[in-house]
Amino acid sequence: MTQQAAAVPRAGVPHGSETPHDSRGRRVVRRLPWWIAAAFLVGTALLWVFPFVWMVSASLKDNMEMFSGGLNLFPKDVVWSNYARAWNDAHFGRYLINTVVITVVTVAIVTIRCATCGYVLARYRFGGSRIFMGVLVATLFVPTGYTIIPVVKISMQLGLIDSLTGMILALSGGAYVSAILIYYGYFRKIPRELEEAAVVDGAGFVRTFFSVMLPLAMPVTATVAVLTFITTWNSFFLPLVFSFSRPELRTVSVGMQAFVGETATDWSGMAAAGVISILPVVAVFLFLQRYFVEGISGAVKS
Amino acid sequence: MSQSVVPSGRDWKRSAWIWLFLLPTVVLYGVYTLYPIIASYWYSLVEWNGFDSHQRFVGLANYQQVLKDPFFANSFKITLLFMVLVVPARVLLSLLLAVVLNSPRLPLVGVLRSAFFIPVVTTTAIIGVVMRFVLDPATGPVNSVLQAFGIDGVDFLGSQSTALPVAAVLYIWKFFGVTMIYWLAALQTIPHEIYEAARIDGASVRQIFVHITLPLLKPFLIIITVLTVEETFHNFDLMYTLTGGGPYFHTEIIEIYIYRWAFAASIPQLGHASAAAVLFGLLVAVVGAVQLWGVYAARRMRRSNP
Repeated sequence: MTQQAAAVPRAGVPHGSETPHDSRGRRVVRRLPWWIAAAFLVGTALLWVFPFVWMVSASLKDNMEMFSGGLNLFPKDVVWSNYARAWNDAHFGRYLINTVVITVVTVAIVTIRCATCGYVLARYRFGGSRIFMGVLVATLFVPTGYTIIPVVKISMQLGLIDSLTGMILALSGGAYVSAILIYYGYFRKIPRELEEAAVVDGAGFVRTFFSVMLPLAMPVTATVAVLTFITTWNSFFLPLVFSFSRPELRTVSVGMQAFVGETATDWSGMAAAGVISILPVVAVFLFLQRYFVEGISGAVKS
Repeated sequence: MSQSVVPSGRDWKRSAWIWLFLLPTVVLYGVYTLYPIIASYWYSLVEWNGFDSHQRFVGLANYQQVLKDPFFANSFKITLLFMVLVVPARVLLSLLLAVVLNSPRLPLVGVLRSAFFIPVVTTTAIIGVVMRFVLDPATGPVNSVLQAFGIDGVDFLGSQSTALPVAAVLYIWKFFGVTMIYWLAALQTIPHEIYEAARIDGASVRQIFVHITLPLLKPFLIIITVLTVEETFHNFDLMYTLTGGGPYFHTEIIEIYIYRWAFAASIPQLGHASAAAVLFGLLVAVVGAVQLWGVYAARRMRRSNP
């Protein structure tokens, strides 16, 4: 191989392709294009996350400085009172509690229902199981905008409109076909012997599932839980429609929208509200990003 | 699956458990996903304001009305236009980024991947509101920077020619990371032995990319394009908070059109909105059908590739 070809960056080539007798100087030269690429990408990445950094800085400025300060990131004086205003006056404390309650309960319901459903579909044949699967896959991409009217109507009939319970049920009743399919694929691959061993040990249907199969599917559960957490936390259309006549039921995303309508000038309070609303979900993502990325990757690989 | 021919007490018990395990999904999914899909068809055939229980059957009149409504045609056009603006940029640019970020030789790969991914996990509705301020013609920071260059008060979201492209750019930024992860997943299915072999044969970087990476990615191109197209149909959050469909309906996607007739009107017309929803559902289904065909073709392609 020629010198020149070796110095050019190669996409997707794994580590360890340097020959052992490479001198240090040569290695630095060879690495140089990568460092240049990295520097360029770091610049782009900073631009990419700039809106969030700006929002955090804006939440610490007073309104005057916010209008005059442009893209300047460092506030003259740090104004914490924006957070107090967002938390108390704009009710973001309450919205945050609503959002946490809705998200936690929805994640619990969705995880359980998708696990049991995926398990049964993967391990048992029963009348209609193929049709069941077919119907699920056919509704993989149903948009909220399509189902929203009947969802509201049926919630009204059940007396569940204008309530957190109604919101939670409607959110957990979404298709979540991909979650079921992830469980399905995982349970399918578990060897039959494990189940038979459990049966020999005297475990029934339920015990086999809860003490053998579900613990084995821990990574899938983590993935589904994280994906559902982020979707639910960020959901907007359903909570918007469900809290029309009861503002105290708003979630953070709906509250933000209303905030602009109510106080058109308090932009730094709004930035503080934005930080309160976005921070938890970003924190969850940073801690559990492995599971999130695995879940998304799974959509393409299967 | 081993199942005894004679149903015993155990089998009866087992099928009871099977159905009990399916019950939560059957009930929730049935009530909140399956029933609404079917009910939309019925609602689209009645005239109904949603307040009282009075529903008057009007047949296909709602469809006639919707199809005659220039604003529906407009929203249909906007939805498709938005798709055309967004999909190629998301699919192709994110491929370039993914190819670079797939290299373990690149320093800071983990940090970079997270940075490009962060916008995906943040709340779209909040991004919409914040961006409305950031792009404000009078007080927004972007315009105050532009002013320093002598450019005055650009109304990015308020002018009819820029609103949709600007919304598209924000949407691309927001969801770019998802497509990037799709591509990274696709790239990781290519075994590195193939690259090693090509390098030993003296292939250049460009040759490797054009003759090895791209052909092997072709089936994924179809899948990823379809996933991305389907995602662009779920854009209510950003559009509603960013522009609300304005200025003068220039960003009114179908979801906002449905919302306007069903919830934002002083007298809701749920029949009309439902007819629009059914037509929207048909659009999504047509794309879905193309998808099934595409995935099928992609599978065949993957099978013929060793």
